[in-house]
Amino acid sequence: MTVSAAAVKAEGVVKSFGRQEALRGIDLEVAPGEVVVIVGASGSGKSTLLRCINHLEKIDAGRLWVDGELVGYVQKGDKLYELPDKEIARNRSKIGMVFQRFHVFPHMTALENVMVGPVEVLQVEKKEARERAQSLLDRVGLGARASAYPAQLSGGQQQRVAIARALAMRPALMLFDEPTSALDPELVKEVLDVMKDLAHEGITMIVVTHEMGFAREVADRLIFMDEGVVVEAGTPAQVISSPQHARTKTFMSKIL
Amino acid sequence: MGGHRGSDHHAEDQRRDQLGIVRTEADGEAGAVPPVPPPSSRIRAIPARHPGRWVATALVLVVLVLFLIGVATSKNFQWDVVGQFFGSSSIVHALFLTLELTAYAMVIGIALGVVVAVMRLSPVPVVSGTSWLYIWFFRGTPVLVQIIFWYNIALLTGQHPAAGIPFTHVVFFHIGVNKLVTPVVAAVLGLGLNEAAYMAEIVRAGILSVDEGQREAALSLGMNRLQTLRLIVLPQAMRVIIPPTGNETISMLKTSSLASVIGVAELVGTTDIIAGRTFQWIPLLITISLWYLIVTSILTGGQFYVERYFARGSTGMLPPTPLQRLRALFTRNVTEFHGRPPRVPGAGRPHL
Repeated sequence: MTVSAAAVKAEGVVKSFGRQEALRGIDLEVAPGEVVVIVGASGSGKSTLLRCINHLEKIDAGRLWVDGELVGYVQKGDKLYELPDKEIARNRSKIGMVFQRFHVFPHMTALENVMVGPVEVLQVEKKEARERAQSLLDRVGLGARASAYPAQLSGGQQQRVAIARALAMRPALMLFDEPTSALDPELVKEVLDVMKDLAHEGITMIVVTHEMGFAREVADRLIFMDEGVVVEAGTPAQVISSPQHARTKTFMSKIL
Repeated sequence: MGGHRGSDHHAEDQRRDQLGIVRTEADGEAGAVPPVPPPSSRIRAIPARHPGRWVATALVLVVLVLFLIGVATSKNFQWDVVGQFFGSSSIVHALFLTLELTAYAMVIGIALGVVVAVMRLSPVPVVSGTSWLYIWFFRGTPVLVQIIFWYNIALLTGQHPAAGIPFTHVVFFHIGVNKLVTPVVAAVLGLGLNEAAYMAEIVRAGILSVDEGQREAALSLGMNRLQTLRLIVLPQAMRVIIPPTGNETISMLKTSSLASVIGVAELVGTTDIIAGRTFQWIPLLITISLWYLIVTSILTGGQFYVERYFARGSTGMLPPTPLQRLRALFTRNVTEFHGRPPRVPGAGRPHL
């Protein structure tokens, strides 16, 4: 099956939890290097979509490709075969994920958090991994806190460690699941600044967020989701300033 | 004193330096250490009086002293005999056997317990079901029965059962059961296999206590299930696992005395043998009780340090070690000591 070189492609993706349908037919295509921001009310399926993309959730119907490869399955003829855990892990290692509640490893220092992926998954030598981890921490502005444990760091600092940890795997794609929603207002900027830098470097990013300023500034495309479907997509200016759909209008009027 | 106040602020700064807390604009919660009020505005008040507390103290002290005098002076305790037995070779030998039983049983218990706990959490029904059955059986029968059972295992297997491939005539060798399962081995098997059931539940509780997000973060880095368990989940689970494991070890120290029933000459078994001859029950029981207390105290101390190690990065301020506490006691009058932070890092708010 040849699929265009889209970084992420979704066709009719459906996901339900019991009787609750989180995704009800998502069609989406993200080009390499594109920065896509997804907005929508809570429960609209944004986070579920991100979690499906790196196979933390299994989709129920439709097709989902990352980098031209089916997520979680391989297709031979007209049959789908579930990928073995090893392959799924390998595919996940190419996708960076940043969580709303950081999920940095509390028993490791900032440096160890960033090192553990390359050392254990990519079998990078410790010395090399340490140097790279240090330079990544420098890059997110935490070079001086390399030996701090997460409990000694503020929320914004923890989230920046989490971003460095994801970047350490040299991912082709970064997923951000409401990365600033759990932060105190004064700490939001430091995280957004790091994300803006990434966006300018041309890494493919899918960002679920409520930060409209961020969306306006860096998003190539803004997607509005509601009740498990993509309602509207376009440039940030279009969707924010002149939404076409009634539901988008309502949503924008509430948050702006 | 005035001069010391100045150094007080200095000490506070040092404390922050040690913890690696740097005041930056992005500091947030971690740096929110309230400023120390200037010396002049500190409250100096005469403490409230609590006469009731003094009365209670006096009453308890009187009873305690009377009791201790009675214990120390009564002839029936035969302290001189306790002194003779305390370091005698038979008791010391028995003590080592008790320690050996405890150590082997706990090693089996912990190792097998981790395996049974991980099996219990397996998505494969037969695997998790088997684990459930194991726990059900070994927790549901008295450990004494299990020890006696292992002691009599030859009645079940015969003296020389064959080891080979089942349902064929292939036999590799014959096992000498009575040589293999000595009373000590029977006791270790009984204690260890029973302990594994309890440890499995403790380990399972520890694993379940780790935030699901930690597992997801590890998976999204591309770790497999085993790496996630070994590198991320178990180290964090240790904080929950260690305290009850310490309890179990201390409990095992004393439960190992059940081995005396099948003729193992550990502390209680030895007491049984000697007192059976000499009828010096009281001094012997006191002797071994003292030994049990001493070992328990050592284990309690060890547990404290193991807990501190696994609490690294997870708690706000670690409790000071006894040594640090002692040092604080002596330095307090000199520099108005505020409690020196431990060297193990860990400051700010406790993690999720």
